[in-house]
Amino acid sequence: MISLLFNSVATPFWKWQRCGKYNLWTPNHPLSFLTISAVARKKMARVLVGVKRVIDYAVKVRVKPEKNGVVTQGVKHSMNPFDEIAVEEAVKMKEKKLASEVIAVSVGPTQSQEVIRTALAMGADRGVHVEVPAAEYDLLQPIHVSKILAKLALDEKADLVILGKQAIDDDANQTAQMTAAVLDWPQGTFCNKVEKTDAGLTIAREIDGGLETIKTKLPAVLSADLRLNTPRYATLPNIMKAKKKPLKKVTPKDLGVDTTPRIEIISVEDPPVRQAGAVVADVDALVAKLKAGGHI
Amino acid sequence: MFANNTRNLVRSSFLQRCKSTLVVAEHNNETLNPLTLNTITAAKKIGGDVTVLVAGTKCGPASEAVAKVEGVTKVLVAENAAFKGFTPESLTPLVLAAQSQFKFTHILAGASAFGKNVLPRIAAKLDVSPISEIIDVKSEDTFVRTIYAGNAILTLKSKDPVKVITVRGTNFPPAATSGGNGAVEQAPAGDYASSLSEFVSQELTKSDRPELTGAKVIISGGRGLKSGDNFKLLYDLADKFGAAVGASRAAVDAGYVPNDLQIGQTGKIVAPELYVAVGISGAIQHLAGMKDSKTIVAINKDPEAPIFQVADIGLVADLFKAVPELTGKL
Repeated sequence: MISLLFNSVATPFWKWQRCGKYNLWTPNHPLSFLTISAVARKKMARVLVGVKRVIDYAVKVRVKPEKNGVVTQGVKHSMNPFDEIAVEEAVKMKEKKLASEVIAVSVGPTQSQEVIRTALAMGADRGVHVEVPAAEYDLLQPIHVSKILAKLALDEKADLVILGKQAIDDDANQTAQMTAAVLDWPQGTFCNKVEKTDAGLTIAREIDGGLETIKTKLPAVLSADLRLNTPRYATLPNIMKAKKKPLKKVTPKDLGVDTTPRIEIISVEDPPVRQAGAVVADVDALVAKLKAGGHI
Repeated sequence: MFANNTRNLVRSSFLQRCKSTLVVAEHNNETLNPLTLNTITAAKKIGGDVTVLVAGTKCGPASEAVAKVEGVTKVLVAENAAFKGFTPESLTPLVLAAQSQFKFTHILAGASAFGKNVLPRIAAKLDVSPISEIIDVKSEDTFVRTIYAGNAILTLKSKDPVKVITVRGTNFPPAATSGGNGAVEQAPAGDYASSLSEFVSQELTKSDRPELTGAKVIISGGRGLKSGDNFKLLYDLADKFGAAVGASRAAVDAGYVPNDLQIGQTGKIVAPELYVAVGISGAIQHLAGMKDSKTIVAINKDPEAPIFQVADIGLVADLFKAVPELTGKL
């Protein structure tokens, strides 16, 4: 037994295999079936939702004079809009009795707890804050976050991970895909509609030419697109209740995730400035200008 | 984990000399998506040879077209029922097998819904940090991309041994479709079928109009149109130009038009010769999708609308009068 336990510690979590018959995650060891506790196949899913604290979408972002980032001090921050949609979807699943519990996770410095509290106020049950100091956070990428989320998904025995499609600060659109890859789970990205069926999930996705329907098994990782739902506002009573909901703090090191930077920021600069042109008086003047510009 | 990184860094200095790029082609089994041509240009800018992977259920037409593209050294063809729907779960092991055989230094795809869906999964499996939607290649390890809805330009250097990158098509000219003589060979064989995910169907908007991301002229409508029926005004105007029709998020959210028309930070990024914004206020997130247009025309009844700050030609007028008048005078 001790050797089995040792093996489960020595094997990094992403090398764990699905133990076929029981459809559970175990270290790859011939006698590992002995270490499985009897986990019943629940009909209700446990949902992990990722939420990121970003500069508010309405703020006019300014590049720092040192050209190594944007001004974040004293600037309004809020939950990434796509993450609000992700939280809303998870909470809706709970209300439809498709999910048993919603866990909100945020990776970042201390202030990230603000968005976890918002998620709790929207209806999440508990929160996990993965604390990353500010300097380290500047170079943190989806590759690191995806490993953190994957580890938490396994630790928390989540059946579904829902993330926002992209963060409006880095516009990366990578985390859901990468988290799915680390876990070897299917990915349903840019979700417009998600239905839980006996076989798993039926998902309508927004693609370049219109919509696409796919079916995936569970567990899965989803990324929420704009029209998946309309997020609710957190009401004041719920905001007060959220203060009492549990919020666990961990570090990437606790989760065995290496946050060594993979990139070096060379510069952050202003985009080319577009000058306003002329306002014309009427349609005739507009036609004249279009002709002059060679457009007609 | 630390040992892995050291190994990677040693390997990366080794591979600096032998640049070799894989472009994952986007196609629909009949025709090649033009974005692949822009992506090939970005691949050529990195230097080193360019291999293009064509995977699908029926690859003949697409692989023949790719082999003729100027600058393509090799075409890898993978024809398999497993690739129905081009799912990331089936394509990822294929790309990993190709990577294992050929040891590419760079893996590229266009920053379309397809590229953005598949490439990060590949990157995670290779344990590298992907770089989304580059707008320029400075060197084999230094790339430029936009952040904060295009309000800041980031230049970054990747420390990973394999760079996995999606490419914004509007920033790279398309590679010539003739003059190339790429060698066609079979991609590594394997059982790529994935039971995790299954493609069911697609509902694509049928249109005779040019495709948005490649159109030379775009007529775009926003909340000011007030209904889907009113978009007919824009379709009539577009006919005069042979233009594509786009929309702001507000118009799509309100149900006036389907989602594939959306232009903006989280929709399509376009850079046509002429962009006519009708009834669009010009929110930051919409500008992110069209501010690289050569000429911007704005028609809006609100003189304070932010769109006038980026428009080359502005007309403050009621669109329901101005647009039909404009259509009539062209």
